Amino acid sequence: MSDSIAITTPLTDDVIERLKPGDHVSISGVIYTARDAAHKRLLEMAERGEQLPLELSGQIVYYVGPTPPRPGMVIGSAGPTTAMRLDPYTPRMLELGLKGIIGKGGRGAAVRQAIASNHAVYFIAVGGTGALLNRHIKKAEVIAFEDLGTEAIRRLEVEGFPAIVVNDCRGGDLLEEGRKQFRTSDRPIPAGQAAGG
Amino acid sequence: MREIPAAAITDAIAKLAVEATHYLPADVEGAIRAARATEKSPLAVQVIDEILENAEIARERMLPLCQDTGTAVVHVELGQEVHVSGGYVVDAINEGIRRGYAEGYLRKSIAARPFSARTNTGDNTPGVIHFEIVPGDELKLMFMPKGGGCENMSRYQNFLPGMGRKAVIDFVCETVDLAGGNPCPPLIIGVGIGGTAEKAMTIAKHALFRPVGSRHGDAEAAELEDELFAAVNALGVGPQAVGGTTTALDVFVETHPTHITSLPVAVSMQCHSARTRQAVL
Repeated sequence: MSDSIAITTPLTDDVIERLKPGDHVSISGVIYTARDAAHKRLLEMAERGEQLPLELSGQIVYYVGPTPPRPGMVIGSAGPTTAMRLDPYTPRMLELGLKGIIGKGGRGAAVRQAIASNHAVYFIAVGGTGALLNRHIKKAEVIAFEDLGTEAIRRLEVEGFPAIVVNDCRGGDLLEEGRKQFRTSDRPIPAGQAAGG
Repeated sequence: MREIPAAAITDAIAKLAVEATHYLPADVEGAIRAARATEKSPLAVQVIDEILENAEIARERMLPLCQDTGTAVVHVELGQEVHVSGGYVVDAINEGIRRGYAEGYLRKSIAARPFSARTNTGDNTPGVIHFEIVPGDELKLMFMPKGGGCENMSRYQNFLPGMGRKAVIDFVCETVDLAGGNPCPPLIIGVGIGGTAEKAMTIAKHALFRPVGSRHGDAEAAELEDELFAAVNALGVGPQAVGGTTTALDVFVETHPTHITSLPVAVSMQCHSARTRQAVL
């Protein structure tokens, strides 16, 4: 992917401004993992006014629950999980300073709006490529909620981690645009998304 | 009567769990490669390239293809001349799952008490196990580590009997459209038509064991498979829903006679990491 845009964390407003739907990026620096249970706990802590175990400002959260590492590896297979499941938590995470998210699949209308209004960005990594993405993770360390196992919060050091911009800070949506562009069916696109995820 | 020791079933399941999660079946990989040649979106082609590279890395470095190593779905074809000795067959299968998921460094993703505590069982048991009694003295184990992303997009509806094939095609297309990127397209889609609610879903799921590119033996069902395949790929969802002409790698239809008042339709989807593996004892 020669046309990939190299970005480093934490994300700055300038970098976010430059990104548009369909851009390939390669991310280097520190990112944090969190899934359903971790989001719930983080926001409960924020609600109680407690200090969070990570500084969200300018950071990227990666929705992933890796496989256990084989001996000698820093992490196992580590691809993205369905982002829609985190939709109920995302607007509040963005208000707390989060600037980037990596997941898979689309986001609901409220989240897309929150991404734009908080000048943030949603990326997808290719779902089902956890072995490939493993190579870009150089270090992994559990920093909170160890009891959650695969769902604990991990601090990852990544190098050239490949992702694609889906929702940019201007409200653009790659998945919506892409489907329209390549649709030859005359069926109307149904409103909304499936429940579950 | 042929004796098969329970321990042999445990060994076979443990091996299937590790192999299924690391080696993408050749028919699936071939279909992804073929789709790359016809895909019209350059971005989708890049997504497909990452999927193919991932399969290679998984094989070579013994890393699971996907971090979601799934619910262990096991379909057993048990010959009626077989006697399982030295233990209960269900325990033997669950012991195989326990061992395979530990030895293979696979993710344990099963939550006990689904509507309350959701405590992880810690060893990926119990599996979801289906038995079918068949003629003969062999025991066939069909293993499918089923990821949550695609499983959660399963859908069932009963239609009015007169609505016929149009209802089926509309329902499948709507299901794929609503699911978007969540089930990790390009997909393999199983469609179960007829029977009762649970029968329709069971045959839809079982269809996912079929080789990509195969067609139903019944001409009418095979024709419906072709029509559904074209209809789904016209939706433009594309690989990972980035937009493209490859939304499904194949669509399989299975049918069962149904009640005069019913037209049950079930859709079970498999992600591109369409992991299945079988063994015959």
